[in-house]
Amino acid sequence: MAENSYLIRGAAILGADAEDLLIRDGVIAARGKDLDAGDATVIEAAGLIALPGMVDIHTHLREPGREDAETVETGTRAAALGGYTAVHAMANSNPVADTAGVVEQVHSLGRASGWVDVRPVGAVTVGLAGEQLAELGAMADSRARVRVFSDDGICVHDPVLMRRALEYVKAFDGVVAQHAQEPRLTAGAQMNEGAVSAVLGLGGWPAVAEESIIARDVLLAQHVGSRLHVCHVSTAGSVEIIRWAKSRGINVTAEVTPHHLLLTDELVRSYDPVYKVNPPLRTAEDVQALREALADGTIDVIGTDHAPHPSEHKECEWAQAAMGMTGLETALSVVQETMIETGLMSWADFARVTSTVPARIGRVEDQGRPLEAGEPANIILVDPAARWTVDPYKMATMGRNSPFKGKELPGAVIATFFKGHPTVLEGKLNEPYRHPETAAAVSGN
Amino acid sequence: MKHLLSTQDLSAEDAIRILDTAEEMAAVNEREVKKLPALRGRTVVNLFFEDSTRTRISFEAAAKRLSADVINFAAKGSSVSKGESLKDTAQTLAAIGADAVVIRHWASGAPHRLAATDWIDAAVINAGDGTHEHPTQALLDSFTMRRHWARLHGTDSQGTDLSGMRVAVVGDVLHSRVARSNVWLLQTLGADVTLVAPPTLLPIGVEHWPCKVSYNLDETLEAGVDSMMMLRVQGERMNASFFPSTREYSRRWGFDDTRLRALDELGLKDTIIMHPGPMNRGLEISSAAADSPRSTVLDQVRNGVSVRMAALYLLLSGDTREAVPATTQSKESN
Repeated sequence: MAENSYLIRGAAILGADAEDLLIRDGVIAARGKDLDAGDATVIEAAGLIALPGMVDIHTHLREPGREDAETVETGTRAAALGGYTAVHAMANSNPVADTAGVVEQVHSLGRASGWVDVRPVGAVTVGLAGEQLAELGAMADSRARVRVFSDDGICVHDPVLMRRALEYVKAFDGVVAQHAQEPRLTAGAQMNEGAVSAVLGLGGWPAVAEESIIARDVLLAQHVGSRLHVCHVSTAGSVEIIRWAKSRGINVTAEVTPHHLLLTDELVRSYDPVYKVNPPLRTAEDVQALREALADGTIDVIGTDHAPHPSEHKECEWAQAAMGMTGLETALSVVQETMIETGLMSWADFARVTSTVPARIGRVEDQGRPLEAGEPANIILVDPAARWTVDPYKMATMGRNSPFKGKELPGAVIATFFKGHPTVLEGKLNEPYRHPETAAAVSGN
Repeated sequence: MKHLLSTQDLSAEDAIRILDTAEEMAAVNEREVKKLPALRGRTVVNLFFEDSTRTRISFEAAAKRLSADVINFAAKGSSVSKGESLKDTAQTLAAIGADAVVIRHWASGAPHRLAATDWIDAAVINAGDGTHEHPTQALLDSFTMRRHWARLHGTDSQGTDLSGMRVAVVGDVLHSRVARSNVWLLQTLGADVTLVAPPTLLPIGVEHWPCKVSYNLDETLEAGVDSMMMLRVQGERMNASFFPSTREYSRRWGFDDTRLRALDELGLKDTIIMHPGPMNRGLEISSAAADSPRSTVLDQVRNGVSVRMAALYLLLSGDTREAVPATTQSKESN
């Protein structure tokens, strides 16, 4: 049998009718009913759904600098298991990804691992310090071909600097992904400000701190005619502002995390720091508004904000704990639970918000493509009827900080094809894809 | 009861049981030999991550009068200041054999973490956590109020609650663990609570609390009040735009001499003035008010020992009657 040929037999394409997909040499060679397998390896996919490989617009891989939290290798293993074929690695590493050298390093690590495409995100400002633009053009021109720029974790709060960044990235079709958090309104903030924070005596993180920055930024984007992406939208008010901006024709896209679609600040009553995240978990009303916004297109994409931390950063007092949750291996299931099983979205919509549009925002040309003949074979097979209980200790990510621990969720990724190569089979890691430059090194072993 | 973390999850039955037990302890404290053998052989650790000499010596006196062995662990200058985690500290205390940990911490929820994790199996008493709760302070305040309320009604305080008592809690509610613990406990015991504060020092979400809210202290006095509980204004609030100046704060929300006279003029002859201490004389309370016969400040300190004895006794004496679960969180693995 040919090593690089697979016939996926009888998968429901985007949840619609069952068809076969023939994969050969990294591309979809044919799509149709009752295709001839020839010498291809047959993957029986009855009952499974075929979707384009997911593209995460917001991932923290922690390397370089915090290899005790995650590495490119472990993070991309988690990504492949979660159904991803591309991730955008955020810039808040150490050193910060604010030069061509660092983004090329992350890019190279991603290619050496071979589990997914690793698209580095470049920092907007030097050292994420919010004072001086990083060399955005150099990162754009580097081998990493950076198109998404973000100081994620820290807001580009200086309005002049934000304006300049938005203007400057137009030169290479880039986008500024803003972490919307007004710093003065959130000094010492520990959780969403509202009924629960009042009782718990934890510093409040008002919704207005997010909304005021988004309102400013959409107006700036309109003024300079640039492209803005809003990271991890978490409030109903933010949704209203983005809806308004889109109605005015402003070029803004927005993401929501799986955890903000499911969890609320009521969980903080436990003081368990696994629920500590930035932006914070909000109220049930916010959750409902976010689901509706994702369904109606106001929010464009899912971004996991996968943020692994070593256990000691979570096994402590709430105020001492790091902010962030893992998400790559639970995203599909949480979106199925919150958006598909609720009837708000179809699997075709799922493909749009997890693959097509995030690839477009990140300008990842060979990802997020239709499942048609001639297209790159980045494909996942999902068992929508599966149910599983989340155990952070059984995940590929090094982070044990899953807020879904112990929760039963629907949906399982059975297979992931990355560039026509199965990185995941039968729900388990298979072999990574070998890029031409690494294949030589491996065969040399 | 396994732990005492909060007054919010304390039932009326449990609260009254603690207060009644504290009355028995108070009788011990009247004796020449102020000591009971109840907790002989048991070890109580006072684990203080924040300086509070008043609270620490109150707990120390309480534990010693019950014959417990007391270990004082002040985090400053200790392994904690060298970066030891709460988890390691807790496991160390567990290995030493602590039966109860009295924890004071600057971080809200730290006592809940000790109680909810498997780091240590001891009874946990919250001696003030961040801006969250200070349940033994609220219990000693209620103890003090209950004695006053019972005396006014010519009854014995044992078994009674605070039904019908009008309590005003005045000052920095936003940052006050004392206020939070008092609101929940006073509501449980049947009192009518009014929070009086500048709008900047009330939390967003206070409208959900079981109490009234006022920005006007004089109107609250005129409406009639049986207990005035003045909260301490922390120094660091003064330069953070919570109010324009200490003088303006004092004029609008301080219990000054004019308001002390107003109690007489309004015919509120039995209204008491409370303060958890330490006081900022001349800011939230005038010296005349603090030293007046209406002031219960020293009664509160005295009652604090009795209430803490009661809490330690009930948690450690083997009285295992199940109370309301002290925490909603299940045990978490490491």
